[in-house]
Order: sequence, then C-alpha cells, then structure tokens
Amino acid sequence: MAEIFVAKASDMQDGERRIVRTPKGEVGIFNYKGAFHAYANTCVHSGGPACEGVLVNKVLDIIAEDRTYQGQTFADEMHFVCPWHGYEYNIETGVCAGDPKLRLKKFETVVRSGDVYLVA
Amino acid sequence: MDAINNEVRNLRFDSYDTGEHLKNAAKQARARNYQDFLIVDVDSHHYESEHYKDVFSYIESPVLRRTALESFNRGGRSSFMGSEVGYQDIGGRITRHWLRKHEKTPADRHRDITTTLRWMNAMGVDYACLFPTPMLFLGTHPQPEIEAALAQAYNRWLCERILQEEKRIVSMLYLPFNDPEAAYRTVQEFGGKPGVVGFMVTAPRYKPVHDNAYMKTYRLIEEMGLPISFHAAYTWGDQALQLTNRFIGVHALGFMWFNMVHMTNWVVNGLPERFPKLKVMWIESGLTWAYSLMQRLDHSYMMRTSDCPSLKRKPSEYMQEMFFSSQPMEMPDDPSILEATFKMIKAETQLVWSSDYPHWDFDLPGVIYDLPFLNEQAKRNILGANAAKLFNLPLQPVKTIPEYD
Ligand code: FES
Repeated sequence: MAEIFVAKASDMQDGERRIVRTPKGEVGIFNYKGAFHAYANTCVHSGGPACEGVLVNKVLDIIAEDRTYQGQTFADEMHFVCPWHGYEYNIETGVCAGDPKLRLKKFETVVRSGDVYLVA
Repeated sequence: MDAINNEVRNLRFDSYDTGEHLKNAAKQARARNYQDFLIVDVDSHHYESEHYKDVFSYIESPVLRRTALESFNRGGRSSFMGSEVGYQDIGGRITRHWLRKHEKTPADRHRDITTTLRWMNAMGVDYACLFPTPMLFLGTHPQPEIEAALAQAYNRWLCERILQEEKRIVSMLYLPFNDPEAAYRTVQEFGGKPGVVGFMVTAPRYKPVHDNAYMKTYRLIEEMGLPISFHAAYTWGDQALQLTNRFIGVHALGFMWFNMVHMTNWVVNGLPERFPKLKVMWIESGLTWAYSLMQRLDHSYMMRTSDCPSLKRKPSEYMQEMFFSSQPMEMPDDPSILEATFKMIKAETQLVWSSDYPHWDFDLPGVIYDLPFLNEQAKRNILGANAAKLFNLPLQPVKTIPEYD
C-alpha cells in the first residue's frame, strides 16, 4: 500500500475529480460535498472508464398516493455515469444503480494537511 | 509515499480523441491477443449527417439537389430528410456523442476514415462494415423518390470518398427499398465496386419483403454471390410502438419487431426455396428474437403447412442457414441460457460479431471472446472468419492495436 498524492483539497471543488494512474490500475477520486470517494476506473460492464463520465442525480418517477404517475424528478442521490454505455454508480458507495449486487472497487482516501491522498 | 509512475489527470470535457476514449478496449485487445487473428465488425456506423452538404451534392436530380441543399442550409427547421424522435445518448450520459465534435483529425484524410480507423484499432478490428446513422430511418420517409435519390447520392459518396480510399472499411450499400426499381438499379450500379460487400435494407418500413417487385433484385444479388442484410431500427411512428412511452421500450421492441416481421414473411413465403444461394443477414436485433421466432414458427408450421406450401423443411432449418449479427448481445446472468441461443442459431458458423460503434449500446469483441462455453476456434469464427467468408475478405490480420501502459 502506498499513499499517492492526488491534489490539494482546495484545488478540487465540489463535484470535481481526478483520475490517478496507480500500479493497481486507474482510480477516479471525486470530491462530493467535501468528502473524497475513490473507485477503480474500470466499469463492471465492459471495462470502460467508469469514473470519466458525467455526474447526474438519480432519476425518480413521481407516483402519487393514488398510484398515478405524475412525472419525473431528480433525487438527492448523486450518480456518476460510465461514458461508454451509461451504467450509473452511486458516488458515495460505488454501487451500480441497475443492479446493487454490482459495485466498483473502492479505494481509501486520506486528507492530511490540506492534501488529498489515495491509498493504493 | 509513492510518487513514481502515478500520473494524476483532470477530466476534460472540451477535448476528445476516439483512441483515448477506448484505451481500455485497446488494453483488453492486447491482453486477449487479438493481433493474432482476424476480427471483422459487420455493423458499425458513422454520422453521414455531418457530411450532408457533400452527400447532397451527389443527388442526381437538379431539383431535389437544390431542395436538399437549401434545406441543409436552413438547418434546425423542418428538413428534407425527416427525423426520428429519440435520445440515444441517454440525455447526454453517453459523452462521446457530444464530445466527438472536439476530435482533431488530419486534413489530408477524410475525417470519417480517421475516426473509424481509430476505434477499429483500439478494439482490435481489422475490417469494419460501415453504415450510416440517420439514414437508418429513411425507409419511413413518405416520398420513395427522396429515399431513392438520397440512397444513390449516399452510395456514390461513400464509394468515392470512403471505400475507395480505405480498404479496411467496407459496406453493404443502402437499398432504396420503397422503390423496387431503384433498388434493382442500385444493385446493378454498385455490385462489384471496391469495398461493396453486399446490400442492406433498413428494417423500419411498410413494404413486405415478399412483394413480387423485389424478386429480380434478390436474384441479381444471389447471382453476384453477395449477402442481403436487414438492419434493424425503430420508429416511434409505428402504431404498435406508439404504445411505448419510454425510449428503452421503443428501442428494445422496435429493433426486434421489424426484423421479426420481415423474417416471418421471408420464410413463410418460401424465399429461401426461391433463392437457395442468397446469403441473408439480420443485423442489430440481438439474438433472442431468433431463438424465439424459430420455435414459434416451427410450432405453428406443423399444423399449418398449407399456409406455407413452398417450404420443404421447418422454418427454423431455413433460419439456421442465415446469418445473425451479434450486437446488442443479450447477456443473461446464467450463461447456459445464452449457450442455448447460440446452439439454436448455429452460432459457430452463422453468427457474425458486430460492434455498432459508436452508438450507445456498442459491444466489444470481448462479448464473444470471454464466453466460457466457446472454444478458441468458435470464438475466432464468430469474431472474424465467418464474416470474412461472407464478405470475401482475406484472413490475415491487418490492424495495429495501440499500446497504452
Ligand atoms: S463499460 Fe461502462 S457502461 Fe459499459
């Protein structure tokens, strides 16, 4: 295990990310609401660069009390989307939206003296 | 702390390179030794709409040519070509669809040749059969005259600007099927041209394949020894498909629906008996539809042979002599289900791999190469050798897979 310097925490705004090449493969590190989350940049689907796509909130159907459909909205849950085919992952857990049995390999991060490190 | 060999990069949404986008595919290609054997992609795409101005200039009729070019110049408003409702990029989630405009290509080659070769090399593809994108919906254009004019212009443009320039790119040319005479003339004009490896009918349309008007065209294609293919697509204009309210619905059903109808008509009208040497290929419907339809038709056939007296065998036996492109290949959690489908369609000789790149649901060669129930020879047949036989391509690999550390 080694600690790899990623960035100064102050250089990574909320929603920003870095991709780090490590001996264990590429890892994507996201700053989401001040917390740093790191996942293998290899999609569980076909091995695409899972961490290199857009961030978009989970989409919800609005179903009323009477079970009627009332449109759609965004939930608070944030996803990042693999750009190859659209597999979505929860940014805080790495769990795949389409099948919770699937998740990206998670890596630890450490913030020390204002610097963000990846443990890989 | 380890600072060696660890490159940190920021993500950019203002530049794009196809090779970079697919660098994980290139790593897979190298890890699986794709450089050692032939891979042919029987269904891939470019966006001919980016070259409409050029393509339209090939329209023969001066009146239609002017109308097309004027319509192009206006942009944005209702157009000459018509368009199909749909959002294939999943609301911007498939980033290459909107990033590709930033891709830099050298000025001395056609841009589509450069970008096509980039993804081909990254995936480990030697030859790719290239098809248009918006023109997949042209079969629903209300004016057969415009379909015919566009098909001729596009085919001439493609032959001259792409196929003639790059041997690794081939195509089954667009048949303007709503005008049977124009379809026949298309085969006459283009059969035998460099890079033309067959003819393609876009599936969403409302002319039945068993119409007598097509018989001379099938015969001519059969005599030329080329395949005819039916490329699936959807149309939300179809009354049955209008019952779906989400793109996933119209796409999943539409891409099977039209090919199921055409296949049914093709078989029960005895076309395989009338054209026993004609090679028929079904593109982009996945595989499960064929598995299902073979069983449905066989079951009914035994009771209703009088409905299809031209047949000498069960419908599935004819279907097992046809060719099926693999993408979008269904991937059930239990591989034995997929194995049964492969058995049903005689995959080892009849299945031909396709990527459909750069569309949103593209497949890599790994969908075949990583299957646990295929031996190495079967994998190589499906990934390249079957298509090489069909298209008369050399078996020697010609690609260079880029290296990424
Ligand atoms: S490889 Fe990530 S969605 Fe397919």
